[in-house]
Amino acid sequence: MAESNNKYEQPVSRRHFLKNTGLVLGGLVVGGVAGSLLRRPEAPQQPGAAPAPAADYNQALMYFSPEQFKVVEAACERIFPEDELGPGAKALGAAYFIDHQLAGDWGFNAREYMQGPFYPGEATQGYQGRLKRREIFDIGIQELNNYSQSTYGKRFYEITPEQQDAVLKAFETDEVKLTAVSASAFFKMLRASTIEGIYADPLYGGNKNMDGWRLKNFPGNQMTYTQVIEQDKFVKMEPLSLRDHQH
Amino acid sequence: MARKLPKVDVVIVGVGWGGGIIASELTKQGLTVVGLERGKERKTEDYFMVHDELRYALRYEMMQDLSKETITFRSNTNVRALPMRSYGSFLMGTGLGGAGVHWNGHTFRFLPYDFEIRSKTIERYGEKKIPEGMTLQDWGITYDELEPYFDKFEQMAGISGAENPLGGKRSKPYPTPPMKMTPSMKLFEEAAKKLNLHPYPLPSANLSEAYTNPDGISRAACQYCGFCERFGCEYGAKADPVVTVIPVAKKTGKFEIRTHSHVRRILHTGNKATGVLYTDVTTGEEIEQPADIVVLTSYVFNNARLLLLSKLGRPYDPNTGKGVIGKNYCYQVMRGGATGFFEDREFNNYAGAGALGMVLDDYNGDNFDHSNLNFLHGANISVSQYGQRPIANNTVPEGTPSWGKEFKAASLKYANRTINVGAQGASLPFRHHFLDLDPTYKDVFGDPLMRITFDFEEQDRQLAAFMSEKCGEIAREMGASKVEVRGKLGPYDITPYQSTHNTGGVIMGASPETSAVNNYLQMWDVENVFVVGASAFAHNSGYNPTGTMGALSYRAAEGILKYHKSGGILV
Ligand SMILES: Cc1cc2nc3c(=O)[nH]c(=O)nc-3n(C[C@H](O)[C@H](O)[C@H](O)COP(=O)(O)OP(=O)(O)OC[C@H]3O[C@@H](n4cnc5c(N)ncnc54)[C@H](O)[C@@H]3O)c2cc1C
Ligand code: SF4
Repeated sequence: MAESNNKYEQPVSRRHFLKNTGLVLGGLVVGGVAGSLLRRPEAPQQPGAAPAPAADYNQALMYFSPEQFKVVEAACERIFPEDELGPGAKALGAAYFIDHQLAGDWGFNAREYMQGPFYPGEATQGYQGRLKRREIFDIGIQELNNYSQSTYGKRFYEITPEQQDAVLKAFETDEVKLTAVSASAFFKMLRASTIEGIYADPLYGGNKNMDGWRLKNFPGNQMTYTQVIEQDKFVKMEPLSLRDHQH
Repeated sequence: MARKLPKVDVVIVGVGWGGGIIASELTKQGLTVVGLERGKERKTEDYFMVHDELRYALRYEMMQDLSKETITFRSNTNVRALPMRSYGSFLMGTGLGGAGVHWNGHTFRFLPYDFEIRSKTIERYGEKKIPEGMTLQDWGITYDELEPYFDKFEQMAGISGAENPLGGKRSKPYPTPPMKMTPSMKLFEEAAKKLNLHPYPLPSANLSEAYTNPDGISRAACQYCGFCERFGCEYGAKADPVVTVIPVAKKTGKFEIRTHSHVRRILHTGNKATGVLYTDVTTGEEIEQPADIVVLTSYVFNNARLLLLSKLGRPYDPNTGKGVIGKNYCYQVMRGGATGFFEDREFNNYAGAGALGMVLDDYNGDNFDHSNLNFLHGANISVSQYGQRPIANNTVPEGTPSWGKEFKAASLKYANRTINVGAQGASLPFRHHFLDLDPTYKDVFGDPLMRITFDFEEQDRQLAAFMSEKCGEIAREMGASKVEVRGKLGPYDITPYQSTHNTGGVIMGASPETSAVNNYLQMWDVENVFVVGASAFAHNSGYNPTGTMGALSYRAAEGILKYHKSGGILV
């Protein structure tokens, strides 16, 4: 695990940081975050104190049925498997992330143009279907199970990892034919959201304990890199999350 | 019936860079200005939780809500245009400050060649060099005429940089010194110099040091936080309209901003505008705002669309080449580039700033000989360090599977071991690339969407192939263990992000026959309407647009003040 050794690489309290970097200027200053932070009352800071392991109340389902969840969790794990390098998608909570995302705006394509008329279109014109993401997942998950059943006589999460890979490959290459949405389009969405679930801020339910970030030595949400930016040596830092901003 | 409000001097449609600059310049001179902005209010305090890649970069927190309004696209007139249902190729801004809030801050000046591109091309290579169908036009202004306005924009924004050895003449140096140099920038600089090229620091709106601009606005220095483009700056370091021009306009007491105000028509009688009609999207009420002067600053698409919806100006007809509104839509050629993989070196790729890099213009504009090349213009070549956020950046060598154990290993290994040498190519106009109203798809109010008809041409493919070779050469010289070159430009595809550098549609020029606005961005056909933005570009250069668009905004402000005094067509 990454450990910081230089003083400036320690997590810095936001207020402390802002006070010490001369960010607050006179005159017509409009840097409002700086101002509002300085007005906030002091909260006790305990950098380095390890949080006591607690139940993760985030790990419950908002959208998937337990059966759907099992399929998705197994598929995510094949996309990003646990190995000697570290945790995989399952341990990182990627399937919970996807569940939570499908429950909200993204699952409903709420900020996308979903008015008709619907025509098939060229590949260069992008997605033209009428299905929302949550519906695409419903179909895709069902078909992962169907295809596993017909090929191996078991549900997706019951077959071996090698068999799961073969099933996913069949989806990725459109060897499996679905109606309403292509198997490869579903696979692409599954892959992309798995990656999101590994690396998005832990506030969304994946990237558990920021361990996804640690895999890549990504420091998450830091206040500043002014001291790092010119350095020739790679600087490892203990990551910070948005929660560290709030507390 | 719409509720009619008291008349003001000027009404501005959209409050981004264009709207903010116009508002500050006019209110400083005492004009009363109303700014109508369809989106919400924005302030620096909003960015407390901004270091959130998912929310801002992948879920487009700050961008236009496509469920309400989007564009439609087709590659040519034989294809049915279909709506851009989700984001991809470009990201339209909304809310106070517009896209200026979540831009990178690359702030270039187009080259002298750009403004006189037709004349200069013919002068050097003869008329035959311009391919059939390419509607190349001079801009009706020269670089030297525009220079003072470039300077104004740069002083206002506090651009950090050092002189471009191959650029146009400057009256003043950049107001702040260049940004810090990262190891990858140094590698690029050394490699480029060895290849006898002319690298210089990317002109940046991120601010290398604390700066107070001529309007008395102070901003803090950039923290290289790595969450810049697609994000708002929590320090107010990045120059954006909300922390620069808008407070200046507000301080005069002459600028009223109305957010949640979606403008739907420009009202007019005879050949003069009388005001605008807008909808208060919080109540649904229709409101008429009369004004002596109407300024469109609603970005390329809505600038052209509002004119077409309001039946102002002459719509462009690609069959005859006549008409002007919708003409010369251009974009950017982003495909030429190379990735260097470094086996034995790690870079602090997680750190960075929106406009942090080294660039060169040896292959941009007409800075190199095109006699034996099958394309015109060129590209700016660069190495830049934005901060490689982990969801979007998973570069693996060619041939690596895109998922599974091998993908995991390679994406982790190379997370901090790749450097990208990129080319940002010019996009030149063709007769059959244009904007018009879609016959089928409508926005949330029932108004037709803007339709884009556009594709890449042989010009673009040749340019991309040439540039990727050059980028590859530089990446190899930088010492990469392995270099992959991306030179093949397919058809224009609306799905992958390329750049939000859409241009044209309401282009400027010397004659009403071939252009919609004059060099004050005043409409030839409707003298009290000014159309401000990259919509005025007669083509797009091998650069990001906003430096030039900002300069033109200052020029337009001057024109509006003149018009307010004396009236009439200004040139
Ligand atoms: C991620 C990203 C990175 C970028 N990086 C760079 C860069 O590094 N360098 C560079 O030069 N450029 C960059 N750009 C482009 C740059 O942001 C734009 O060129 C610039 O902001 C355009 O300014 P504008 O005022 O013309 O339009 P906008 O900033 O788009 O402002 C237009 C405003 O009008 C409003 N509006 C539109 N229609 C209506 C209506 N009907 N009624 C009321 N209001 C309306 C919109 O809500 C918006 O606020 C980037 C863009 C993006 C998205
Ligand atoms: S990189 Fe610099 S300018 Fe950009 S958001 Fe961070 S601090 Fe602001």
